[in-house]
Amino acid sequence: MNWFNNVRNRIPFISKRSTEDTLWHKCRDCNQMVFTKEYEENLSVCPECGFHGRIGPSARFLQLFDDMSWEELPAPKVKEDPLKFRDQKKYVDRLKAARSATGESDAFVNARGQIKGQDAVIGVQDFAFMGGSMGLAVGETFVRGARAAIEAQCPYIVFTASGGARMQEGGLSLMQMPKMTVAVEELREAGLPYIVVLTDPTSGGVMASYAMLGDIQISEPKALLAFTGRRVIENTIREKLPDNFQSAEYLLEHGMLDMIVERSALRDTLAQLIAFLAPSKQAA
Amino acid sequence: MPVIPSLTRPTGRLNRATMQHYLDFEKPIADLQARVAELRTTADSGSLNIDGEVKRLEAKSEKMLRDTYERLTPWQKTQVARHPDRPHFKDYVAGFVEDFMPLAGDRGFSDDLAIIGGFGRIHGRRVLVMGHEKGDNTESRLRHNFGMAKPEGYRKAIRLMKLADRFGLPVVTLVDTPGAFPGIQAEERAQAEAIARSTETCLQLKVPIVAAIVGEGGSGGAIALSSANTVLMFEHAIYSVISPEGCASILWRTADKAADAAEAMRISAPELKKLGVIDRVVAEPVGGAHREPDAAIAALGKAISDELGKLAGVSGEKIRLKRRAKFLDMGK
Ligand SMILES: [Zn+2]
Repeated sequence: MNWFNNVRNRIPFISKRSTEDTLWHKCRDCNQMVFTKEYEENLSVCPECGFHGRIGPSARFLQLFDDMSWEELPAPKVKEDPLKFRDQKKYVDRLKAARSATGESDAFVNARGQIKGQDAVIGVQDFAFMGGSMGLAVGETFVRGARAAIEAQCPYIVFTASGGARMQEGGLSLMQMPKMTVAVEELREAGLPYIVVLTDPTSGGVMASYAMLGDIQISEPKALLAFTGRRVIENTIREKLPDNFQSAEYLLEHGMLDMIVERSALRDTLAQLIAFLAPSKQAA
Repeated sequence: MPVIPSLTRPTGRLNRATMQHYLDFEKPIADLQARVAELRTTADSGSLNIDGEVKRLEAKSEKMLRDTYERLTPWQKTQVARHPDRPHFKDYVAGFVEDFMPLAGDRGFSDDLAIIGGFGRIHGRRVLVMGHEKGDNTESRLRHNFGMAKPEGYRKAIRLMKLADRFGLPVVTLVDTPGAFPGIQAEERAQAEAIARSTETCLQLKVPIVAAIVGEGGSGGAIALSSANTVLMFEHAIYSVISPEGCASILWRTADKAADAAEAMRISAPELKKLGVIDRVVAEPVGGAHREPDAAIAALGKAISDELGKLAGVSGEKIRLKRRAKFLDMGK
């Protein structure tokens, strides 16, 4: 560990703890420690085992848009804390903490740019923001993203990552399921592709609405994709579940996906799909 | 996540004297009723003293019932909504749907009896009516899987809605489910996709769709049938994104805080009306729908018929656009 301490000691003013956290990344799947820099250069995919780590909107946009350039769409204003919800913590405090941790205003961000010269709007759900949970802000941002795509006459590509509905918004979070489905309908009527890329993890009410309504359903490898969580099912049926249960590979096997695409190949795959599906004026 | 009902009667206790199931919070009422029944059986008939006492106790118990039900907490409503004697789909159909003709199957896998549907007439108007059936004894609860539909149930619902749409029949749905079935077969046959498509189908219809949350409106399993032009809700029903127990075990880390979660999530009809999630609250008889099922069923039939009347004659395109606009504006 000497060389490690040497590296750490050369970085001034950073505590040992945060140095470890920022310098090293521990893979959630194989538990290997890899240099964060190496990990990020590998698109946040573990170089040891190929596990696709969770990434937020900016990293995703950076990996997909041409020339590393894009225009982020403004976050819509929505009612905050409509139920005045509190459990052990106040919902507004949880929101505040999530905002300062992620720098985003809620769990979904849209950007407009080009993928290999073709226009696209990309929406990315951020699991780091309250588990990517779906409430009024996520619902409204999704609708705005779909409409931006309609305005630009280009595909809407959505990356899902969510534990499900945001319980702190009660029935209003449930209502985001039909609301976002309306936006999907608007895209269909405009003749524009709606492409879903499921990423680790996606579950619950998100899975049971816009995440499963794509014209094309893609997933990153080994992503956990579920309607009901494993623990709940195990408690219900008291049976051992298959090992690959609710993995991307399991969903592909059961006909729920078109393809599993590694992160390094996503940009090419999306570009090809857009070329096949985009309105004829754009198509090559 | 749905709360899986147990096979035995889920809540409360049986009062042998009155053969009624009382919920835990109804204990004082149950005690009074028991006392009344006891007096009646032991009394010399015609004794004025006893008659007077019976009358007094009955009046007291009636007042207690009314007061209790006027002030039900969301958690108490949850228990009422799950009450084993509450009317179920088949009772509503028997009560206000004439000429009901059930239709079966998803045409791909099986017929899921957790959702029942078919043609019928409500106050003379032809409709496609469907809803969750929970069953009311051990055998029928198993047969209907406690109202927890599998993908094939939602796919049957989709098929029936599209059928209704093609032939211009308004759709009426009665929602009463702890949630969609959480199990291996449901996951491997794409429960999430089935729910998403069912919701999508609700939103595509050019015929009116009127939904009524009659018992438990459990999360995705409910919204798949309730993305409707008009959503009615019984006074003591609940409609929730997750069961109070599920919410409590996640946010409070113990299911024992279900009462707090029920309160915080605002799952009751009056609160959901305020939030704009539902459109109309249908009053229940004093003491809940299970105490006077006939009156409750008739009230619901009338409310549904009213709402269908309001939507009759509106063009299909307008029906669809109005439904969309309603969900797009939800929470604004
Ligand atoms: Zn690894």
